[in-house]
Amino acid sequence: MRVASLARDALIAGGLTVLTAAPAMAQDAAKDLSQNLAQTGGKIDAADTAWMIAATALVLMMSIPGLALFYAGMVRKKNVLATMAQTLAVVALGSVLWAVIGYSLTFAGDGAAIGGLQRILLAGMSPDSISPFAKTIPEALFMIYQMTFAVITVALVAGSVADRMRFSAFMWFAAFWLVVVYVPIAHWVWGGGFLGRAGMLDFAGGTVVHLNAGVAGLVAAYVIGARHGYGSDNFAPYDLSLAVIGTGMLWVGWFGFNGGSALAADSRAVFAIVATHLAASMGAITWMALEWWTRGKPSVLGMISGAVAGLGTITPASGFVLPWHGIVIGFAAGLVCFWSCTWLKLRCGYDDSLDVFGVHGIGGATGTLLVGVFAVPAVGGAAGLLAGHGEQVLIQLYGVAVTLVWSGVATFVLLKLVSAFLPLRVDKQSEIEGLDVTQHGEALQ
Amino acid sequence: MKLIIAIIKPFKLEEVRDALLGIGVHGMTVSEVKGYGRQKGHTEIYRGAEYAVNFLPKVRVEVAVPSDQADRVVEAISIAAKTGQIGDGKIFVAPIDHAIRIRTGETDANAL
Repeated sequence: MRVASLARDALIAGGLTVLTAAPAMAQDAAKDLSQNLAQTGGKIDAADTAWMIAATALVLMMSIPGLALFYAGMVRKKNVLATMAQTLAVVALGSVLWAVIGYSLTFAGDGAAIGGLQRILLAGMSPDSISPFAKTIPEALFMIYQMTFAVITVALVAGSVADRMRFSAFMWFAAFWLVVVYVPIAHWVWGGGFLGRAGMLDFAGGTVVHLNAGVAGLVAAYVIGARHGYGSDNFAPYDLSLAVIGTGMLWVGWFGFNGGSALAADSRAVFAIVATHLAASMGAITWMALEWWTRGKPSVLGMISGAVAGLGTITPASGFVLPWHGIVIGFAAGLVCFWSCTWLKLRCGYDDSLDVFGVHGIGGATGTLLVGVFAVPAVGGAAGLLAGHGEQVLIQLYGVAVTLVWSGVATFVLLKLVSAFLPLRVDKQSEIEGLDVTQHGEALQ
Repeated sequence: MKLIIAIIKPFKLEEVRDALLGIGVHGMTVSEVKGYGRQKGHTEIYRGAEYAVNFLPKVRVEVAVPSDQADRVVEAISIAAKTGQIGDGKIFVAPIDHAIRIRTGETDANAL
């Protein structure tokens, strides 16, 4: 009960902050149209635009079908379609919400706590508009690139509650979560909010995407409870080959996720891609080696988990570190995420079905802290511990803490709110029969 | 008439089919089943979650033959399906009351 009242207080405080900022936002709206063109000093560059269009497509592919395949291959046969449905629905719903309100609240205006309403329904966005955050590409492209990040973050959360969440409750939860949890954090880190202003470094979403989704998933796993038969029944993956194919799409797509976060077709994008690829490779090798050592056999599931762990962990660091740091960070990812998916999960007993917290949560936090260690000025204009700026680690820790608290508390509150109207879980019989048939009226033949 | 039901290792199916063709048995029904006897299952581990897989895949072969041929069929299957390892399977012989060929309506011995 104390947690609930703390959460309620946080929600009220957040609401008041937004409301007091509203009058200022309304005044800004009138000025903003001309401001964009005159003051950002941007000029559309064809090469940057071409690359960012490609990057946007790559990141969207990471959701559909990358994540859909990755997740669906790991659940039981009776839930494969339902798991894919969650990803599909989130992409559709999240995309519309992003255009309607998400983009504006994240990237318009200049509030420390939240963005403005100037871009509701993308109002004022013309073919010539340029965002101050991406000065060489059309604003519409920046908007849709960021959209692909927003939707994949929400889709990631579904992995923790796979096999048991009611589809309708999930849709409501996803819609609110995008606006109440993702948007503020994205604004604080990337949209001119207080974390970015404090000097926190997160190149492509170690906190905004991975830690955020991981913590939310963990909270959801606790609130919704374990699957019926967890720990005793056979929950072996339906078809790991689907998961492997999904991993390939995620790995390749990540070239757009991290490479595209440079928002330009330049060396920084390339350095990010190289570090990313090396981290994925090293993550896979490390997890494989750990399994070989601890159980005598390297598994395919272990290889793909290690690769994704490496990818998630390098994400915040990719545009700030040297390419070879990707090997080190990938190795760290393999170690830490392997530990959290095997030892920590069993020890704490939570049923995070697809290890969103173990891989993305822990990986995202680890990578965000490691930026504070490895950041090199020549790459991203920021220095970490090894470059003589040890304070960066503390700033990173601050960012991790804020993300963790906001994501955890707000997710908890949202789940409780939704559950007041709809049961979060399907009933036991439906869970046993399977979500494909009971939630969607379909089945794999 | 007898119904010969054989539970065999899946990879032995072609050999059993060839052996039966060799003694003049031209039809069979095959299904994929799971089972165990003395052969133990194995353990699978997925990211720290360990599952004991107790049921092993087998193939069930059903052949309907005149009673006087039953022993030859059992012998042919036994030889073809045997590996000498645990898990080779079992053969059961059950009586058939009636048999009908659906297309022509022929019955009993004429249906086999």
